[in-house]
Amino acid sequence: MGEMIQVENLSKQFKDVIAVDNLSFSVNTGEVYGFLGQNGAGKSTTIRMLLTLIKPNEGSITIFEKNITTHRKQVLQQVGAIIEKPDLYKYLTALQNLSIMAKLSGVKVSSSQLKDQLERVGIADRGDSKVKTFSQGMKQRLGIACALIHQPKLIILDEPTNGLDPQGIADVRNLILHLSKNEGKTILVSSHLLSEIELIADSMLIIDKGKKVAEGKVAHLLNPANTLVEVQTANDEATRQILRQSEWNNALQKSEGIILKMHKQDVPHLVKYLVENNIQVRSIQPKHSLEDYFLSLTTSNQHVATYKN
Amino acid sequence: MWQLTKIELFKIFRKPRTYIAFAAIALIIFLIQLAMYADGNAYLDFMLQTINLSFDVEGKKLNGYFIFYLILHTLLIHVPLLICLVAGDMVAGEANMGTLRMLLTKPVSRTTIILSKFIATSIYTLLLLTFMAVDGLFGSVAIFGIGDLMVQKSDVFILIDANDVMWRYAAAYGFAALSMIVVAAVAFLFSVLADNSIGPIVAAMSMVIVCTILTTMDIPLFNAAKPYLFTNHMLNWKGFFDRPVDYAEVMKSAMMLLGHVVFLVFISVYIFRKKDILT
Repeated sequence: MGEMIQVENLSKQFKDVIAVDNLSFSVNTGEVYGFLGQNGAGKSTTIRMLLTLIKPNEGSITIFEKNITTHRKQVLQQVGAIIEKPDLYKYLTALQNLSIMAKLSGVKVSSSQLKDQLERVGIADRGDSKVKTFSQGMKQRLGIACALIHQPKLIILDEPTNGLDPQGIADVRNLILHLSKNEGKTILVSSHLLSEIELIADSMLIIDKGKKVAEGKVAHLLNPANTLVEVQTANDEATRQILRQSEWNNALQKSEGIILKMHKQDVPHLVKYLVENNIQVRSIQPKHSLEDYFLSLTTSNQHVATYKN
Repeated sequence: MWQLTKIELFKIFRKPRTYIAFAAIALIIFLIQLAMYADGNAYLDFMLQTINLSFDVEGKKLNGYFIFYLILHTLLIHVPLLICLVAGDMVAGEANMGTLRMLLTKPVSRTTIILSKFIATSIYTLLLLTFMAVDGLFGSVAIFGIGDLMVQKSDVFILIDANDVMWRYAAAYGFAALSMIVVAAVAFLFSVLADNSIGPIVAAMSMVIVCTILTTMDIPLFNAAKPYLFTNHMLNWKGFFDRPVDYAEVMKSAMMLLGHVVFLVFISVYIFRKKDILT
């Protein structure tokens, strides 16, 4: 499996702010690549540089083995993208927007093909409605239709689930999985939600303040042996004391509340141990936020880690 | 390029804002025609009061050609403001809506995008002027009929035979079109620099107003700059109604206006190619 995107030593500075700092990563053909970072981490700036909307100060971007700067047109013919939110022409209908995007992409599509594309994203019945009457979810679907109209090999989606309701999020997730598994598309998707990336991505890159924090296969990075588990009990202090005197002492984290870093499969043993020691367990659940993941990396001295198969 | 220009024209004419200028021109033409229909003779008498003492001007003085000249004289000062509404929105409006970034992720060069936008803006400007010409000239001829055209220039009255008028209007239309494209290019440049529509529209209007004031003020400090101000040349369409026409002067102004267009578009393309799209 070759590399579809290669980014090397990419940097971008806006006045005094370093948005992206010496970032390197690669995306393999056919995979869903998660691009994770908190708001302001530099995800959108990086994606804009991939799409030539922003010029980097340093570094190089190669897509389809071509330099994006010198072969912009050839590369973008095979790329579909949504950046942040799908802003479309509100005073035009969905079909008119789609038709414009098809023409700009250099493909000739019939009106039935346009309707099929809307059918694919579930808004076929609103083809003649103006976009200003659409909900955020419908705009997102139309944006995806616009990004896919020219059958690109590479799809870049910047926070595609932003502003969507749970059903909309699930629909976008299923569409991404469908495009990857059934149509063999390579997809780079950014998000600030680790749980979202975990569900769809094969590999992922985590950045913070423009710098790479970790990169690798999702299965390796989210190693079940390093799962952070939060335990809520009737008496936290007593629980903490009991855990300190047990085999769980090393797993206990120094954060607020009772958080242990442990293998997922050991959770039943932990529950059993606590119950046997007369601790009333109210809840026990894995922590899945990006902040928690950063914490797990930091506490295990794996900051700036790379895991590759 | 033509495909892109057609898309840009499609977008322009799907926006309600586009039709404000057409409606405003139609209204002004109607008001002038109504006023002339009601009080045209009194207006003419007032205009000719000095020469009526010495000369007896015969024929149908209040005719369609005269009314259209009056319309041109009034409108070509204000049309630039209407052109700014659309030209100032061309790039900045898309940046504000967020559609610019969608547009720039497509396999089309930035130069092609910006040039097609400018060509579409120019076509819109020409259509606006054509609408003004058709509504103003043919409407006035239909209402008032035709006759010799009497034009006042400072303290001189020029009488042009009815058969000698139409080519002058055609030439004046071409010159006015060039003038208005300069205004469009000014607004377009501001539009490339901004990320919302209001700024470039107001900036371009202000530029036209300031330059017009500098042109009309007879102050030695500003006189050196006058030959280079586009507003100094914009109203030289009137040169086609001189007898004889001073072609050298008219061509000089036309070249100056053309130079402005080329320069402004070149700067717009240069800036747009370098611009980081952050909206």
